[in-house]
Amino acid sequence: MKKLTALLLCGITAVSLLTGCGSDSNAGVNGEVYVYNWGEYIDPETLDMFEEETGIKVIYDEFDINENMYPKVEAGAVAYDVVCPSDYMIQKMIDNGLLQELNFDNMPNAKANIGAQYYEQAAAFDPGNKYCVPYCWGTVGILYNKTMVTEPVTSWSILWDEKYDDNILMQDSVRDAFMVALKAKGYSMNTMDKSQLEEVTNDLIAQKPLVQAYVLDQVRDKMIGGEAALGVIYSGEAIYTQRDNADLEYVIPEEGTNVWIDGWVVPKNAPNKENAEKFIDFMCRGDIALMNFEYITYSTPNTAAQALIEDEDIKNSKIAFPDLSQYENLETYRYLGEEGDELYNSLWKKVKG
Amino acid sequence: MIKTTAQKIYTFLIFVFLYAPIVTLMVLSFNASKTRAKWGGFSLKWYKNLFRNEAILQALWNTLAIAFLSALIATVIGTIACISINSMKKRNRAVIMGITNIPMLNAEIVTGISLMLLFISLGIKFGFTTILLSHITFNIPYVILSVMPRMKQLNPSTYEAALDLGASHTVAFFKVVFPDILPGILSGFLMAFTMSLDDFIITYFTKGPGVDTLSTKIYTEVRKGIKPEMYALSTIIFVSVLVLLLLSNYSPKDKKKV
Repeated sequence: MKKLTALLLCGITAVSLLTGCGSDSNAGVNGEVYVYNWGEYIDPETLDMFEEETGIKVIYDEFDINENMYPKVEAGAVAYDVVCPSDYMIQKMIDNGLLQELNFDNMPNAKANIGAQYYEQAAAFDPGNKYCVPYCWGTVGILYNKTMVTEPVTSWSILWDEKYDDNILMQDSVRDAFMVALKAKGYSMNTMDKSQLEEVTNDLIAQKPLVQAYVLDQVRDKMIGGEAALGVIYSGEAIYTQRDNADLEYVIPEEGTNVWIDGWVVPKNAPNKENAEKFIDFMCRGDIALMNFEYITYSTPNTAAQALIEDEDIKNSKIAFPDLSQYENLETYRYLGEEGDELYNSLWKKVKG
Repeated sequence: MIKTTAQKIYTFLIFVFLYAPIVTLMVLSFNASKTRAKWGGFSLKWYKNLFRNEAILQALWNTLAIAFLSALIATVIGTIACISINSMKKRNRAVIMGITNIPMLNAEIVTGISLMLLFISLGIKFGFTTILLSHITFNIPYVILSVMPRMKQLNPSTYEAALDLGASHTVAFFKVVFPDILPGILSGFLMAFTMSLDDFIITYFTKGPGVDTLSTKIYTEVRKGIKPEMYALSTIIFVSVLVLLLLSNYSPKDKKKV
C-alpha cells in the first residue's frame, strides 16, 4: 500500500512538472489579445497562424451559452478584447453600454469580404452596423426523413399534423419554440402582442401530445438514427446530419424563419482595442474564414471564403448558403427587454407544465 | 430460494444502473462514426486524435497539476491545523471544528461566487493561481476531517515519553506522532485530490482566460456537441482508476509493518 502510494505520488509529480514549462512561443512581442468565443467555434490552427503573422499572443477562452458569457463580461473579472455573442445578446450589450464602436478603416477585410446582405440582416440588432462584424450565421428549419414523410414539406403547419403523432422533435428553448408557432400563424417572432402570444401558447399546448421530445442538440443523433420523422433544427447541424443519413432533407418553410448571426464585438473595457481589430480583420480574410467554415460547418458570411470552397456540392448547397432574397418574413431575434423575457418564460412554463 | 434470487436480481439491477452509463461511454469511444446513433465499426481514431489535441491535453495537465498541488498544500495546512486544534481547550476545539465544517456543507456555487468576488476586490488576476487558491481552500476541511480522528486516538504519553528520552519536539513529532497519523494524512490527501479532480462549479467561477480544466473544457463543448475524444479520455481515466483500485486492494499485505 505504502509503495503504491509513493509510486502514485511520483507519477503525479512528474506530470505536474511537465505542465510547468512549455506553451511559450515567440508570440507576445506585439502584446496580447483576449478572445472569448463559443466552445469548438474556431479552427485552433488559425490562432497559431495569427500569432505567427502578427506577433500578438492570443489568450483564448470559451463559453457555452450567451447567458453565461454576459455576466462575466459585465462583472469585468476579466477584460476581454473580442467576444462573439449572438444577435439578441449583442443588442442587449449595446443597450446596456457594454460595447464600443469599431473602426472599420482598420479592418479592410471586414469591409470587403463580408457580404452586404449579412450586414443588412445584422442591422436589425446593430443599427448602422457600428459594433459587430458577422462571423457565422444560419437559419432554422425543418429536417425530415424522406422515407417517413412522402408529401412535400413547405409549411411549419406540418408540425401540427396528426399523421406524425409521436414523430416530431421540437427545440427545447423558449424563443425557438415560440418562433415556430408564431411564424406558422404569420406573426412576427419578436412580437410583444399579448393576444398573439396567448393564441400561439394554446397552439403549442395543442401540439404537445404529438411531440416525441423537446430536445437541444440530441435532434441530430435522433434524426440520423431515424427515431423521428420531423425535427426543428439549425441549418449548420442539418448539413452534418445529411453526411450520415442520405434520407434526410432540410427545408426553410415558406412562412419565413429565424436568421441567426453570431458576430465579433469589442467590449468597452477592452485593454487592447487595436489588437482586437487586427484579430477580427484576420478572421475575415478569405483563406482563414474558409478554414473556420470547414472546421465549424456553420455558414460563413464571408463571400471571399464562399468563392474558395472546392467542394461544389457544399458551395452550391441551398442549406449552407440559401438565397435569402427568395424568402419573405425572415427575421432575426431581438432582445425584448426583461419584461419580454419574463412574459415569454411564463408562457413557456405553461406549455411545458 | 425466492429470497436469494430476488437478492441477486436486486444487486444486478444496482450494478446495471451504476455502470450502464460508463459502459455506453466506453463503447462509444471505439465507435468510428461521430454520431451515437450509428455504429461505424471499431476504431482507435478518437484515441489517436486525443493525443494530438493540444487543448484537451493542456486541460488534462491543468486538472492533474491543480489536483496534486492543491491536495499537497491542503494536506500540509490541514495537518498542522489538526495538531493545534487537538491541543486546544475543549470549548475552543468545538468552535473551530464547527467553523471548518461549514464550508463543506455550504453550497458550492456560494463558495465559487464568494471566492470570485474576493479575488476581484483584491485585484488578483484570474488564472491558474486563483483556481489553485480556491481548490486549496475547499480541500482543507476534508483533510482536517480525516486527520482529526487519528489525532484523537493518539496516546499523548508516547510523545511525552519521547521528549523525556531526550528527543527534540521536531524529532519526537516525526518519529512518534507522524507515523501514527500517517494513514489519516494519506486518506485526507487522496480525498482532497479527488475532490479537486471532480470540481466544476468553483473552478468555473474562479478560472481565468485561457486556463481550462477538463470539466470546464467539456462544458464549453455543449453547444456543438461533445467530441468523441472526450469519451476516449474518460475511458482512459476510468480504466486507470480501476487498475489503481485493484492494485491497492490486492497488493501484498504490508499494513502490519506500520
